[in-house]
Amino acid sequence: MPDSITPEIFRHLVDLAALELDEDEAEYLRRQLNGQLKAIAELESIELDSETAVTSHGVPYPDAIRPPLRSDVVRPAHEADDILAQAPATEDRYIVVPDIPHTELE
Amino acid sequence: MTDLCDRPAHELVSLLHSGETSAQAILESTLARIDAVEGRPPTTAPYLEQPDDRTRVHAYIAVTRDLARQQAQAVDDRLAAGQDPGPLAGIPVAVKDIFCVQGTPSTAGSRILETFVSPYTATPVARLEAAGAVVVGKANLDEFAFGSSSESSAFLPPPGNPWDPRRVPGGSSGGSAAAVAAGEAVVSLGTDTAGSVRQPAAFCGVVGLKPTYGRVSRYGLIAFASSLDCPALVTRDVEDAALVLGVVAGQDAKDATAAAAPVPDYRARLDAGVAGLRIGLSPDYIRLRFPDPVSGELREQSIAPEVEAAVHEAAQALAAAGAEIVEGVPMPNTRFGVPAYFVISRVEAASNLHRYDGVKYGYRFPGEVTDLKDLYRKSRGRGFGPQPKLRILMGMYVSAEQYEKAYYPRALRVRTRIRRDFEQAFDPAGPYRLDALLTPTTPATAFEIGAVYGDSVLMQYADLLTVPGNHAGVPGLSLPAGLDRQGLPIGIQLLGADFHEAMLMRVGRAYESLTASAGWRRARPAVLQSVGSS
Repeated sequence: MPDSITPEIFRHLVDLAALELDEDEAEYLRRQLNGQLKAIAELESIELDSETAVTSHGVPYPDAIRPPLRSDVVRPAHEADDILAQAPATEDRYIVVPDIPHTELE
Repeated sequence: MTDLCDRPAHELVSLLHSGETSAQAILESTLARIDAVEGRPPTTAPYLEQPDDRTRVHAYIAVTRDLARQQAQAVDDRLAAGQDPGPLAGIPVAVKDIFCVQGTPSTAGSRILETFVSPYTATPVARLEAAGAVVVGKANLDEFAFGSSSESSAFLPPPGNPWDPRRVPGGSSGGSAAAVAAGEAVVSLGTDTAGSVRQPAAFCGVVGLKPTYGRVSRYGLIAFASSLDCPALVTRDVEDAALVLGVVAGQDAKDATAAAAPVPDYRARLDAGVAGLRIGLSPDYIRLRFPDPVSGELREQSIAPEVEAAVHEAAQALAAAGAEIVEGVPMPNTRFGVPAYFVISRVEAASNLHRYDGVKYGYRFPGEVTDLKDLYRKSRGRGFGPQPKLRILMGMYVSAEQYEKAYYPRALRVRTRIRRDFEQAFDPAGPYRLDALLTPTTPATAFEIGAVYGDSVLMQYADLLTVPGNHAGVPGLSLPAGLDRQGLPIGIQLLGADFHEAMLMRVGRAYESLTASAGWRRARPAVLQSVGSS
């Protein structure tokens, strides 16, 4: 069976995922992904009628156990400095990033 | 006499209240055990195995001795002042390092979070601390919980199985299970997304409880697959699982998926016995399609005979105690649990991992970059190990419109089928009317370090028998059920209806009583044989 994820498709996925990979790592990952697809292909052997709904959560949340929405009140947050302190590069409470790729509009 | 650190939490709480011990004595016993069995602390430096590594447990990424001593002192102070120190007073807890704990590194076992210090505390951890528990440290795990052996952690040496440290403790909560088995913690808070608490509990000979999805808040849990992630417990016995679940369960204004279902007293009917209960066995958990352990080819086969035998012996014991064993319960979609999980968990993981960008927190590539996108690529390329990369890439592939063969919606519909298997088994008006389904926890006992790691398909199938419960959201309890010929623990699993944890623990407690005099219950993990008892 030919690989579903060709080197070309793989490069596209890597670009979407924003990952820089070296060649050996890329080839290992691509091989693993194609192996996983063989397991995923098991799903094709299941006959699903069109009425089978999707389940995005296993447990249903009927009203009886659905938590009520929180009341909409202002709550001061005191962690702002702690959160900012986690940023690898800051200046005057701004997070510093390199040049943002952009296109000049006419 | 048994060391304090080897006793179950409910016994320690009684000793504490009767003044026979102190929180500090319990903690010092635990810290002494850590010193005796833990080995060198894991780091993210390039890993060169040393001769000693495969004789030690390496359960923790970080041991927070000073914080733990302060917490233990506070418990003793409250006791001395005549105040109620809480239901888990003085109990040493290992927290899987995927829960945020304010002011401590919270790494998820990843280089990308190595420098992250959490500004807040996860709800289940906050509830443990409020109940008087003493947090001993952060337990090692597979990177972002992506694995079944704990070998993919960026922090190495990897955890070893206390029963044979050349073998894996399972995963992803491998450090959690190893810590409890080796007396390096009395209980542990882990997570279970596909079996990540039940499988390591089975491998390490301890109790693992995955509650119903929504039973315990996920606030402060570093997200992997949000529709499947469940905070879960590793304990020494079923009574401890009941004690701890009562503390961590319940509604949380910070997590909209934490159900508003009332939290019962989980210990109230623990000893009610199994007379009249209907306990199911399903052939679909014994013989099914999974990769051949040698060739790797998918084929229909049976699980390890000794594991199967343990399930049947447990059924016989429960039957002798009055349970009605219902054989032949069909769970035909069990075999599709892993394939569906390969799709659903990857899509959710890829989405959850977008936040790691080298900008807001965590690892940032320190060298030259051309622009922001280049910073993302280099930070993520170096910060993530192979498992997160695989999950992100597969998540991209199976959800990309131009490639997917409708895999994602198909997987979600297969999930519906898996859920229906359970609904039918537990339906009080249906043909089976089960109180619990009894299955093996894993297809085999613990494998050797390095034997499976690197083959992501084979590794995923370690969750074959646990992942259906995550798809369905139902609770599951793994119990130690003997040792195989190599002296490795075997686990059996009880699965139940939504929010019926109390029923599973009642059956589990009965099984413990029925096997209390079994010889294997007196066996101790290999790493403890060189540790003197005080």
